[in-house]
Amino acid sequence: MSRAPDTTLFPPVQAPAGTTRLTAARAADYGTHQTTFGPLPAHTDSAALLAALRDSGLEGRGGAGFPAWRKLAAVPARERARRRRVVVIGNAAEGEPLSQKDATLLLRSPHLVIDGLLTVAGALGAHSVYLYAQASVLEAVGRALAERADAAGIELREAAESFISGEASAVVNALAGREPVPQDRTVRLTESGLGGRPTLLHNVETLAHIALIARFGAAWFRSVGTKGDPGTRLVTVGSDGHPSTVLEVAGGSRIGDVLRFTGVDTGTLSAVLVGGYHGAWLPAYALEARLDRADLAGFGANPGAGILMGLGERRCPITVAAAVATYLAGETAGQCGPCVNGLPAMAAVLRRLARGDRDPGLPGEVRRLAAIVTGRGSCNHPDGTARFVLSTLTVFADDVAAHLAGHCRKDHR
Amino acid sequence: MNLRAPDPRSAADPTVLLHIDWTKCDGRGLCTEILPELLARDEWGYPLSYGYGSNVPVPDRLLDAATDAVSLCPRQALTLIDR
Repeated sequence: MSRAPDTTLFPPVQAPAGTTRLTAARAADYGTHQTTFGPLPAHTDSAALLAALRDSGLEGRGGAGFPAWRKLAAVPARERARRRRVVVIGNAAEGEPLSQKDATLLLRSPHLVIDGLLTVAGALGAHSVYLYAQASVLEAVGRALAERADAAGIELREAAESFISGEASAVVNALAGREPVPQDRTVRLTESGLGGRPTLLHNVETLAHIALIARFGAAWFRSVGTKGDPGTRLVTVGSDGHPSTVLEVAGGSRIGDVLRFTGVDTGTLSAVLVGGYHGAWLPAYALEARLDRADLAGFGANPGAGILMGLGERRCPITVAAAVATYLAGETAGQCGPCVNGLPAMAAVLRRLARGDRDPGLPGEVRRLAAIVTGRGSCNHPDGTARFVLSTLTVFADDVAAHLAGHCRKDHR
Repeated sequence: MNLRAPDPRSAADPTVLLHIDWTKCDGRGLCTEILPELLARDEWGYPLSYGYGSNVPVPDRLLDAATDAVSLCPRQALTLIDR
């Protein structure tokens, strides 16, 4: 009779059931991580990883929602075949003020992110591996890295603090010791990035999902969520008077359900901002929409980095939008003329509207400026800002009319 | 700048893009004088091509002028990209 396999070191581990996946470990230490998820497969080659990611349908969780497998496939085959060429970066800059999910993930499940980095780095035979994270989590992440021998090659770097610090080329600039601002790019980072090396940058939540897909497979990943948004996603949920909460939810969850789960009374909301300050408003009547591309497309929104911020029906949305637009104008990297000039101009017109200036040309002027800045920067900051502002004019058309008529009765704080 | 011969399959469709590096562009406006058919100026002086942002398709008949604009831009903010 053969001996039973030794299960004391690595007891067989069941794949997490339900929607508690990234948050399944009850503590952040490496031991708990291993007993919860089991060992990381020794090596996943790049073709196998690419196939698994393609079958999983995993989309990037940093905001743009680019399919994870496409990014991997964009690293030229000749570079994937050669060893020690590629740079892999885990991005947790999370410059968006409404998002807390990346920091939360790194505090709760740092080893999943580390596993994801090691999986991708191993598949590509990476030259170097970086984890780019906010100052507030560096100590905890550093402790996690020190807990395991296989993470010795991961370089932990402090992220710059600005709205656009997480933009991929800004991360590359920061890691190269330059100003952490976006670069003008005519070739992809996956062809030529940090130090001229092919550079693969993933959001840390994307990496954590990759760590689980490497263990439990694409079919398991898709067993939760919808066809259009498979798997789970981390969301940061907040509203007036409710502190933000980070939750792990099934892809394609109904937005109203997610808000109510955190205790928000959705009956008191006029709209929900989906996708953060570069996102778009979902009006109250549409709160049963699913958090996926298909349902949100009509509102110009997408699941993005999973931000849901409810706006109370008593708050004046024009005032809120003017404050956000003013903040975003201040967050320009200061490099591109149309952004440097156009964003402050757009915010100023919105502030006039918010203050009660009844010039009927104001909404048209906001739209004209939004059109002028769109597509005319080296990063998406002008485009995202214009999207938010245009969504405000569309979804809150009644409030715009009330301002022009001089009878907005909402709270203008 | 080495330009490919026009592709007969897409004779009607420009294959060369004029790329504007906004991080370098200072709005001097030379390109808008050389390529008035392609580029206007916005209210701050930056080149503006309605319908296109940072990559403006160049019709074949404007290729020479676009090449001049690239070499004469005082900020070296322009490049031609072959699609």
